[in-house]
Amino acid sequence: MQGKAFKFGDNISTDHIVPGRLAHLRSNLPELAKHVLEDADPTFASRVKEGDFVVGGNNFGLGSSREHAPLVIKMAGVSAVLAKSVARIFFRNAINRGLPVLICDTDKINDGDELEVDLKQGLIIDKTNGNRLTFNKIPDAMLSILHEGGLMPYIKKYGDFQM
Amino acid sequence: MGKTLAEKILSLKAKTDVNSGDIVITPVDLAFVQDTTGPLTVREFLNNGFEKLANPDKTVLFIDHAAPSPNSQLSTDHITLRDFANKTGCVLSDAGDGVCHQLVAENIAAPGDVIVGADSHTVTAGGIGAFATGMGSSDVAVAMALGKTWFRVPETIKVVCSGTFQKHVYAKDLILHLIGLIGADGATYKALEFAGDTVDKMTIGDRLTIANMAVEAGAKVGLFPADETTRQYMKAQGREHLYQPLSADADAVYERSVNIDVSSLEPTVSKPHTVDNTALAKDLKGTKIQQVAIGTCTNGRIEDFEIAASILKGKKRHPSTRLLITPASRTILKQMIKTGYAEILLDAGAMILPPGCGSCLGLHQGVLGDNEACLSTANRNFKGRMGNPNSFIYLASPATAAASAITGQISDPREVL
Repeated sequence: MQGKAFKFGDNISTDHIVPGRLAHLRSNLPELAKHVLEDADPTFASRVKEGDFVVGGNNFGLGSSREHAPLVIKMAGVSAVLAKSVARIFFRNAINRGLPVLICDTDKINDGDELEVDLKQGLIIDKTNGNRLTFNKIPDAMLSILHEGGLMPYIKKYGDFQM
Repeated sequence: MGKTLAEKILSLKAKTDVNSGDIVITPVDLAFVQDTTGPLTVREFLNNGFEKLANPDKTVLFIDHAAPSPNSQLSTDHITLRDFANKTGCVLSDAGDGVCHQLVAENIAAPGDVIVGADSHTVTAGGIGAFATGMGSSDVAVAMALGKTWFRVPETIKVVCSGTFQKHVYAKDLILHLIGLIGADGATYKALEFAGDTVDKMTIGDRLTIANMAVEAGAKVGLFPADETTRQYMKAQGREHLYQPLSADADAVYERSVNIDVSSLEPTVSKPHTVDNTALAKDLKGTKIQQVAIGTCTNGRIEDFEIAASILKGKKRHPSTRLLITPASRTILKQMIKTGYAEILLDAGAMILPPGCGSCLGLHQGVLGDNEACLSTANRNFKGRMGNPNSFIYLASPATAAASAITGQISDPREVL
C-alpha cells in the first residue's frame, strides 16, 4: 500500500468523520462519502486520493457505533487508518469493512508524507523522512475477518465464526 | 481463580470457562438497532442472502433517533425498518415509544443477558447486570442472523465508590468525574465494574446513568452487580421471574482499581469538545448558556425530572435560555404528567419534546446556532454533536442543568438554591 499521509489530531470522533446532522444521507452512501471527515478538515474529501492514509493521534474514532464512519473513509479510497490508539467500536467496524487499522507511533509521521505500508511484514516506511515504523499485530480473530475483506464476506465463506 | 462480572456473565452464557483475553462465541439474548444504524443493518442482512432471523422475538428495531422524522430521507429509512419488521416478524418500537436504551432497561434486559445493539450507548443495560455493548451495523446483522456473536473477554477496571453524595451531587457528577480522572480512552477495550457501599445503595436509575457513559471512557461494558435493588426494579415491571443475583467473585482478578470517595465530589461539568475535559460547575460561573437540554438515555428518567422540577418549581427559565425537556420513554412522560412535574417544568418556560433522543445527536429538535452554547444532561459533547460544529456543548447533571436554566449561565445548583 502506498499513498500520502493526511494527519489528524487526538480524539477524532465519529462526529468529525460523519456528523449526526447528515444522518439523512446514510442511505445514500456516495453522497455521505462526499462529507468524510468534514468537521475535522473540510478540504479532506476533495484532496484525498486512492491509496492515501488517514493518520490520527490517540483514541481515533471515539463515539458512536455508526459503521458509516469507517465505510466512508474506505469509500474515499483510503487504504488504512494509522493511529496511536483507536476506539473499540471503530476498530471492530473498520475491520468488519476490510479497512486495516494500524496502531503505531504516528508522531513520527508528518502531514503530507509519502508512506509505504507492508501489512505482511508489519512495516510502515515514511519515504519522506526515512522513518521505519512497526505497528501492533492485529489480533488473530480480527485478522481472519480482515483477510476475507470484512465480516460479511467472512460469514458468507464460513457460514459461522471460526475462532 | 475468581471471576469478574464480565468473565462470569460470558462464561455462563457461552457455557465454557473464559477469562480476560480469551475469544468467546456467545449466544445473544437481544440484538437491536435504531433508525440511524438500522437501515444499513437491514441492507447488510438482505444483501448477503440472510432471510430469517435466528430469534425474531429477541430482535428489536427502535425508531428513536429521528422521532418523529424531520425529513423525507429519514422517513424513508423508517419505512425500511417497518417493512423489515413486517417481513421477518421481529419487534418494532416506533416513534414516540422512547429511546432504545431506556426501553431495553424498562422491558427487556435481565441480569446475565448478553445484549448487542447498533448504538454505542447499548452499555446502559449494564446498570442491571447485562453484558451489553455497542457494535456496528454488520456485527448486529450477523447477530440477528446467527443468534450469536464473538467477543474478546475484556480485562476489568474495578471502580470502588464509597461514601454518601453531598446534597445536589449525583451519579452523573460521579461518572463525569471518573471519565475526567481516567480519560476518554482510559478504559478502551476494558470492562468497567462498579462496586462499593455507594453502589449497594444506588437506585437503578443512577446505575443506568453511570453505565450509559462507560463508553465515554472507551469501555466495552459498564457493569453493576444484580442485587435486591435490581430485583425490586424488575418486580415493579412485572419481570421478577427473569431476575438472578449476580456478583463478582471476591477473589476476581482486576487490571486495576480506582477508588472514589463520592462525599468529596462536587457538581461537575464536561466542557467542549471531549467528555474528559471536566471542571467543577462553580469554576465555570459566568459561562453563558443559550440552551439547556434535560433528558436523553443518560438522564431522561422520572428521577431526573423530579430533581429538575424541584429546582424549577415556581421559577422561570432565564429569558435568553431555551429549556428543552426530553423524556426517555412514553412511560416516563406519562409519569411526568401524573406527578405534576410536567406542569412545573412547563410553567418554568420549558418545551417538552416527544420521548426519544431529542436534540442529543444534532438531527432536529434543538440544533444550536453559531457560537451558541448548550448545557445538556446527555452523554456526549463532541464538536458538531448537536448539529453545528460552530457551537459548544457542556454536560452536567439535571440539577446543574436546571439551576443553569434559571441563571442563564453555568451554575452550581448549591448556589442557586
